[in-house]
Amino acid sequence: MTTLELKHVTKIYTVRGAGQIKALDDVSFTLESGRTIGLVGQSGSGKSTIAKILTHLETQTTGEVLYDGEVIPRGGKRLRRYRQQLRMVFQDPFASLNPYHTIRHHIERPLLLDSVVPRAEVETEVHRLLERVQLDSASVIDRRPHELSGGQRQRVAIARALASRPTFLVADEPVSMLDVSIRLGVLNLLADLQREEGLGVLYITHDLATARHFSDEIIVLNQGRVVEHGSADDVILNPRHPYTKSLRAASPDPERHFAQATSILGGSQ
Amino acid sequence: MSDTLLSVRGFSVMYDVDPPVRAVRDVSIELRRGEILGLAGESGCGKTTLAYGIQRLLRPPAVITGGDITFHDASGVDIDIDRLDAEQMLRFRWDKISMVFQGAMNALNPVAPIGKQLEDVFVVHRPKLSRAERRAEVTELLEIVKVGAERARSFPHELSGGMRQRVMIAMALALRPQLMIMDEPTTALDVLVQREILRQISALRHQFGFTVVFITHDLPLLLEISDRIAIMREGEIVELGTSEQIWTDPQDDYTKTLLASFPRLTGEKGVVAR
Repeated sequence: MTTLELKHVTKIYTVRGAGQIKALDDVSFTLESGRTIGLVGQSGSGKSTIAKILTHLETQTTGEVLYDGEVIPRGGKRLRRYRQQLRMVFQDPFASLNPYHTIRHHIERPLLLDSVVPRAEVETEVHRLLERVQLDSASVIDRRPHELSGGQRQRVAIARALASRPTFLVADEPVSMLDVSIRLGVLNLLADLQREEGLGVLYITHDLATARHFSDEIIVLNQGRVVEHGSADDVILNPRHPYTKSLRAASPDPERHFAQATSILGGSQ
Repeated sequence: MSDTLLSVRGFSVMYDVDPPVRAVRDVSIELRRGEILGLAGESGCGKTTLAYGIQRLLRPPAVITGGDITFHDASGVDIDIDRLDAEQMLRFRWDKISMVFQGAMNALNPVAPIGKQLEDVFVVHRPKLSRAERRAEVTELLEIVKVGAERARSFPHELSGGMRQRVMIAMALALRPQLMIMDEPTTALDVLVQREILRQISALRHQFGFTVVFITHDLPLLLEISDRIAIMREGEIVELGTSEQIWTDPQDDYTKTLLASFPRLTGEKGVVAR
């Protein structure tokens, strides 16, 4: 088992004119390989700051990030090796793929850069990865992103993230830009991959329903602080913190709605 | 005054590209006065094309290939939208039917204060108002949607996403229309802000009595806020019923598929693979 640990991480941004903003305030948690943590909270709660610190795109102001007990290297080859182990899937598959390049190029790049497989095997590996995300590799490999649907593009982004054979995946709202009918397929794919490859997944979202079903644990973030952390069902079904309760009350829930038989909007006809 | 606000009969829109796309196919629907009608379906199903088509807001290559739309005005006069000339259409729009567009972030002019943008509605549609009267209207609107009159001189980038969406609602409300079409008005907002906006829409509807067509692909949300829901697929309305009917007794297979594609917040895991 591999671990990724945040210990008392605080991040302060200095904004001209607005002074200092505490984006993260004493955040601690451990992500283990083979498990999924759902990170929920509203816009500006610090979810994406955590992703940036984990990928070392930002450095924490105080506190530590430990990969298997060791401090994350600040640069050079060792940082690159670390990043091989932790990959991101971004929200917008329209923006995260390069419109000029073929799908082959997108998957080849990490394979070649990190010498994941011998050069002669790269083509086979590209096909394998595309099949892994349930794409018909022969038909998509020479296409460009605009020729694919949103769901297909997000699958390509996942294949690219898997190319370096990472231990951890940070998925920042991976399905919120996709059509509802596509979302579940992509989430189920992520869940399958997580189980079969033993990945540790940090699933960042503001959708409580999917967070509940696709995570083992849920962490609720409010104004940079962890206000609740527990098993997924516990946090959603029996929320303790008032903030979690308010998030839950605000989330659409037809079951609760029709059980109450009155509009929670306060205006029945 | 009849109970029906808008009658759409046999409405069809085609995108005249190669090959032609029949975006809306023979849609007939009656909107009741004061109701919230939810319009659901995935991207490309024609829901936005239908909403734009009702107001003749489509541009080439979209072509309306058939259908009648009648607006049953509160005054008792029936307005046949096809017969309006350009000048009449200009006056009809926003006065009778207004719209809250998808993505308030981009719908506001970034280089004009929001008060000025709200005032523009009155400059065009109520040219007889004096500047002071226009300002008074803007003040009232900003108070109604709880943005606050003191923000009239703010630029869009100085407001949060939720406040910008409220400004868009104020703009749609400006002429006290009888129908407000809302196209994904809360999709970009987080759940807490979304809930506040929905409460406000509901309160305003009770206060002013307008009808709402609420377009989104978020079916759980629609089930909570709508009186009736129309499910669209490939340009056709495949099912229309009260929210409760759609939830408890969906008839169409596609409606069932859509309902099954949402993980439940509190219910069984069902469709989820984990």
